[in-house]
Amino acid sequence: MPLNIIVCIKQIIDPEIPASQFKIDPGTKRQVQGSHSLVISAYDQNAIEVAVQLKEKHGGKVTAISVGPATAVTALKSALSMGGDEAILVNDPLFGSQDQQGIAHVLAKTIQKVGGFDLILTGCVSGDWGDRAVPAFMSEELGVGFVSFVSRIESKDGQVVLRRVVEDGYELIEAKVPVLASIISDETNTPRYPKLKDIMAAGKKMIPVWKAGDLGLDPDRLGAGAARVAITDVYIPTKESKCEMIEGDTPEEQAVKLAARLRELKLI
Amino acid sequence: MPGTLVLATTENAGLTRNTLEVLAGGIKLKALLGEPVGAAILGRELSAHVPLLFAYGADQVYRAEHPLLERYQGDAYASVMHQICQRAQPSMVLLAGDSIGRELGPRLAHGLKAGFVADFVDFDLDAVSGQLQFTRQTYGGKAMAVVQPKAFPVVATAKLRTMEPPTKEEGQTGEEIRVEVTLEASKLKTRVLEKVQEEIAGVKLEDAKIVVSGGRGLRGPEGFKILEQLAQVLKGAVGASRAATDSGWVPPSWQVGQTGKSVSPDLYLAFGISGATQHVAGISGAKNIVAINTDPEAPIYKVAQLGVVGDWKAVATKLIESCKELTGR
Repeated sequence: MPLNIIVCIKQIIDPEIPASQFKIDPGTKRQVQGSHSLVISAYDQNAIEVAVQLKEKHGGKVTAISVGPATAVTALKSALSMGGDEAILVNDPLFGSQDQQGIAHVLAKTIQKVGGFDLILTGCVSGDWGDRAVPAFMSEELGVGFVSFVSRIESKDGQVVLRRVVEDGYELIEAKVPVLASIISDETNTPRYPKLKDIMAAGKKMIPVWKAGDLGLDPDRLGAGAARVAITDVYIPTKESKCEMIEGDTPEEQAVKLAARLRELKLI
Repeated sequence: MPGTLVLATTENAGLTRNTLEVLAGGIKLKALLGEPVGAAILGRELSAHVPLLFAYGADQVYRAEHPLLERYQGDAYASVMHQICQRAQPSMVLLAGDSIGRELGPRLAHGLKAGFVADFVDFDLDAVSGQLQFTRQTYGGKAMAVVQPKAFPVVATAKLRTMEPPTKEEGQTGEEIRVEVTLEASKLKTRVLEKVQEEIAGVKLEDAKIVVSGGRGLRGPEGFKILEQLAQVLKGAVGASRAATDSGWVPPSWQVGQTGKSVSPDLYLAFGISGATQHVAGISGAKNIVAINTDPEAPIYKVAQLGVVGDWKAVATKLIESCKELTGR
């Protein structure tokens, strides 16, 4: 059965910049981008990979959507170059003060407008704020089944079986479509490197931009007043960490010294 | 009467350590606001757990029994927890930041039109306004955020291993409330077909006092055999970075980091781990971090207390020998 898949992605500032270059804007309480590059949040790339693999196996369509600034077009083009068919940017200054539940409302309304979906995939956690909550909120907004931390999906006759990674192993969960899953990485969903011709083709594709007014949003759910939590401060903790280096002419000598030092510190 | 409601979970016929941590959170809020601590426990046959919950400080226990609650199933748990919240009218619902709480918490918050706070490390009352506020790590642990709920109740998940379990007071009792559960299997949108549990050789990773971890620098699954030997000598557990689990060298359950486990051992030995943000987020609770890497510029040294620059394999192999001698094991 062909699968109509929607993948939600978020563009973030490269999370792997050195801590020394990480700054918070005291006014907006958000990270300062500076000269750092923008990337697709890591697990969202795994979600794209899962979607494209399912499409390759069963047929269907992959639509990438992102709620974010105009720059998020580059993230959506990456999704297209990895095998996505269509992409939609949802961009409106109104969304700047939404909390996570408010963003989930916007995403859910966007998904309803796209319509006809079997699977909705997201990354399991964003590389910036990282509270793992938006996918669950979206499933409630949409009234569809939800499974979190999914590494693999098998599809058969309108049913899907999802492998959910838990602390001591995994669960196999059966669900009827439509279902929403948040994706965690494993060796089967490592994001592919797009081919040059696919990057070129993606570059030429039109990406429509939807505004708040296009989505039929609930006005009570918009803006800072509707937020159910407020972020009152974001700060960089001061760390007094100094690393004591264990020197030695050979790794063996270092190991002996390390063991002695650990013993001295009563750690072993 | 409002108060905290915590979700209790069980394993091997006992309460999980995660449950004791959220109970500690409830007890802390009780100390701040004087509100009682309720515990919801869902399952099939729960009578043995009720006195334990009282002993660990619960004032009320909401006991919900049904065959469909035998193990965690998202829709069933969400529905019953919603029902219990409507009855208990808590001001705070506290869940562990594990695979259950992280999935259930936002779903519950949505249904209750509640604020949601994920993976807090602490909470207190704002010195000026007296408002309840939570502190949580963000940006992969590079920053801390203070979050104030605006809509009550607030649903919050506690980052694992940041709160100490409360002391057990035998004989303490409280009020037990039986919850009538009506669930129909046909209404559940998802169904657990099977759970595949991995065998754990020694101590559990999240509970270990010593964790020996390996990353991309190990260059393959074989290296983990050496780390397992070292862990055995140190009576510790073996962990891995995302690079190692994503390569399929070791199971995903070994992963330490933002998407893996949060660990807070006394000693964390990181072999061939560069220290990506997503990994470091999982070891912020470790009391002592030792980094062993060939790259002296690796970010792991920024968070480590002890560092060795050198070949991980040679260091690990010799370390096994030295530790055997020193510990007499």
